[in-house]
Amino acid sequence: MDLQTIWFFVWGLLWALFFVTDGFDFGIGTLYPFLGKKEEDKRAMINAMGPLWDGNQVWLITAGGVTFAAFPLFYAVMFSSLYSALMLILFALIIRGVSFEMRHQVDSPGWRKLWDTCIFLGSFLPALLFGVAFANIFKGIPIDQNGVYHGTLFTLLNPYGLVGGLLFVMLFMVHGAIWLAFKTEGEIHDRAAFTATALWPVLLVVAVAFLVYSWFATNLYANYMANRSLFVVIAVTVLALLATRLFLAKGAFMKAWAASALTITGAVFFGVVGLFPNLFPSSMDAKYSLTAFNASSSPLTLKIMLVVAAIFVPIVLIYQIWAYKVFSGKITEDEMMY
Amino acid sequence: MDAMLLSRIQFASTTMFHFLFVPLTLGLSILVAYMESRYVKTGDETYLRMTKFWGKLFLINFAVGVVTGITLEFQFGTNWSRYSAYVGDIFGSLLAIEATAAFFLESVLIGVWIFGWKKLSKKAHARTMWLVAFGSNLSAIWILIANAWMQSPVGYTIRGGRAELIDFSSVVFQKFAIVKFLHTASSAYTLAAFFVMGISAYHLLRKKNVEFFTKSFRTGLGFGLIFSLMVFIVGDINGIVVAEKQPTKLAAMEALWNTEKGAPIYLFAWPDQEKEENTVEIGRIPGALSFLVKHDLNAEVQGLKDFPKDERPPVLLTSFAFKGMVGLGTLFILLTLYGWFKRNKLLESRGYLKLMIWAIPLPYLAIQLGWIVTEFGRQPWIVYGMLKTSDAASPVASSQVLTSLVAFIVVYTLLGIAGFTLIIKNARKGPQDEQEQTPAIEDAQVAEA
Ligand code: HDD
Ligand code: HEM
Ligand code: HEM
Repeated sequence: MDLQTIWFFVWGLLWALFFVTDGFDFGIGTLYPFLGKKEEDKRAMINAMGPLWDGNQVWLITAGGVTFAAFPLFYAVMFSSLYSALMLILFALIIRGVSFEMRHQVDSPGWRKLWDTCIFLGSFLPALLFGVAFANIFKGIPIDQNGVYHGTLFTLLNPYGLVGGLLFVMLFMVHGAIWLAFKTEGEIHDRAAFTATALWPVLLVVAVAFLVYSWFATNLYANYMANRSLFVVIAVTVLALLATRLFLAKGAFMKAWAASALTITGAVFFGVVGLFPNLFPSSMDAKYSLTAFNASSSPLTLKIMLVVAAIFVPIVLIYQIWAYKVFSGKITEDEMMY
Repeated sequence: MDAMLLSRIQFASTTMFHFLFVPLTLGLSILVAYMESRYVKTGDETYLRMTKFWGKLFLINFAVGVVTGITLEFQFGTNWSRYSAYVGDIFGSLLAIEATAAFFLESVLIGVWIFGWKKLSKKAHARTMWLVAFGSNLSAIWILIANAWMQSPVGYTIRGGRAELIDFSSVVFQKFAIVKFLHTASSAYTLAAFFVMGISAYHLLRKKNVEFFTKSFRTGLGFGLIFSLMVFIVGDINGIVVAEKQPTKLAAMEALWNTEKGAPIYLFAWPDQEKEENTVEIGRIPGALSFLVKHDLNAEVQGLKDFPKDERPPVLLTSFAFKGMVGLGTLFILLTLYGWFKRNKLLESRGYLKLMIWAIPLPYLAIQLGWIVTEFGRQPWIVYGMLKTSDAASPVASSQVLTSLVAFIVVYTLLGIAGFTLIIKNARKGPQDEQEQTPAIEDAQVAEA
């Protein structure tokens, strides 16, 4: 395989890692106003992500950085085209990031309510907008030969984009509810487990709708039709989704979470495999599309970055998994920090 | 206003805001790690209480530092897309390395540190904080290598309409990057030292927790003395490197218009960019500039008139910011030296303690001035001598940039107020009492409200 192809899939993998790790934080944050009835429940929910969310979020920074390093032209055109959508995501992440630290600083209901709202918005908006953005990339973006975007924020909010957004929100809510059930006991645990089970059929419907809609709205299936063995990606994703439900029924939350993580990875790779070699297809003219080949860095940079990634990504995974292990037990009242 | 100008305002305000929090993270992480190590080694409970008190202030600051950093990472794409496409081959990889090699370390381990008091051994817990400090400072190295490359591009060739990397190690190990890191890091440590000394002084004046704050003050003092000297010494070397690589910036820093042998330094000069002269010049020290940058009283230094008018940075701003920084740097040395002689009778030196409270904002100011010198002095280039800022902006509608700029100003103002209010509130409250201090960051007990 040539360097560009390797980087194309590493790029997809990094985004998948971001959605798998920070995805459950987004999910818990989205469920927060609905599941967090009492103050202890809210604190349990925050503490379920407390030690981990910051490290999870770095996958976003890495995915962004690697986009910049491996495909600078793509980085430039994508983020300037999606200017307003990305800014909205960034503001949402700012708000979410400080909420955890701010919320417990002043003991007044009004103050807490403010940050409670921020936790919800700061989780729900990125989940939705990342879905919208990726669905639009699958579909193609109106860019001209100079990479100039012809559209507005609302261009992105087309029906297919919105279904993509909904898919991400559902994926993350189920993912988050499972993590919460895994981390807690008592009433909040029961409610989380119930929510995951109740949301699962909805997710199934949205996922199937998205797969079907993609047939009509995008070119993603062209690669699959050209090489039928690629349908494995879709099969694995669907199986993982079914397995999630199975493990939920057995109360095996760790396994259910892993299956849900695989579902998310599969959803990302469904698109990535379909896109290849396009990174940013133009809906104005296929000639203007940015691909892994016309938007990449020089071979030297790609090589250096590959060495860097081969060394550091495994190291990061090792200590991040270690951190997950340290905090894998159920949360108890005396360990709550927030 | 066009998108380029708005993007400049937005980038300048968001980086400068980010850098209100970064230096304290860089310095205080080390001090907190040091305090915790002292506790592990000596078993002295005061050091444990110090770790928790300063650690709490550290965490509030850290939270704001992290969230404001994320927006910067993406602004190169949103606002400077032509720049990103042109130099991404080199510049992008440095940012990506920073994220994978450094940000993970600090962000994963800070979570472990906050929540891990009961899960890890004392020793392992202290080690986590050292790794956080290491990660933060490592991230500074990489981002400053990136910034140094914009100041002095090396190791590249222009090919296919963009800059491509040909020599990675000359990018990473260039003199500019090393000096820049040493200067920025030592300035950050100075800031953290003044922060610790100032807050300790506040409590010492009120004779509260005297042992606690005397120990804290002395820890800060030793740190501050070393690094305020270092920032000065490395600053001098920094000037030499600037003279070599960025002659226009150096001339603007010193408001030097004509190329001269034995170039002078003026204690005060009011430059006029239009008339190409200084309307006021006071305190001429002949040969001083030549001596400083070339270590030879008679060496020739290039003046601004040697360069086309449209390649000169804003002289007034650059020179004033530079003089302010150097003046403050001198003051920091005097303040820490004086403190060193009074270190055993701090409680009696009330005047000095009061002064140190007022000195807390000064390193913040000096650091911002330093960045103004660096970044405005680089203009009109975004990459010195290679790419003009005016060719670097994204082709986006200015209304979009205006909207985000207004949003940044609103959100950051609120964030700044919340962040600093909480830091001040917690700093004033002082350490928690012995009985209630078990978990690190207890749910807030509200004193007054
Ligand atoms: C000299 C040091 C320095 C400088 C010049 C900058 N930063 Fe910074 N940055 C840090 C030193 C730092 C840090 C000490 O590592 C921070 C500050 C507070 C923190 O928590 O980490 C950080 C946080 C931080 C984060 C969040 C990381 C995380 O989640 O842990 C990002 C994405 C950036 N920065 C990106 C940038 C960019 C793109 C900059 C250039 C314009 C920049 N920073 C300037
Ligand atoms: C955190 C400390 C920093 C501060 C306070 C700072 C400050 C500034 C200021 C004041 C400007 C505006 C200059 C002008 O528009 O005339 C600017 C511009 C800029 N800086 Fe920095 N800067 C910092 C770090 C960095 C770093 C580390 C990088 C790159 C890695 C960087 C890249 C840029 C870019 C791309 C611009 C916009 C283009 C330009 O105006 O030249 N800055 N910065
Ligand atoms: C006292 C003598 C000092 C001298 C001679 C000096 C010199 C310099 C020079 C020449 C630059 C510009 C480097 C460039 O353009 O790339 C600079 C930048 C800077 N200075 Fe200073 N400085 C001094 C003190 C200080 C102090 C006391 C602080 C803060 C506590 C400080 C903080 C900074 C910062 C943050 C920068 C920007 C980062 C960089 O470019 O290195 N400096 N200084």
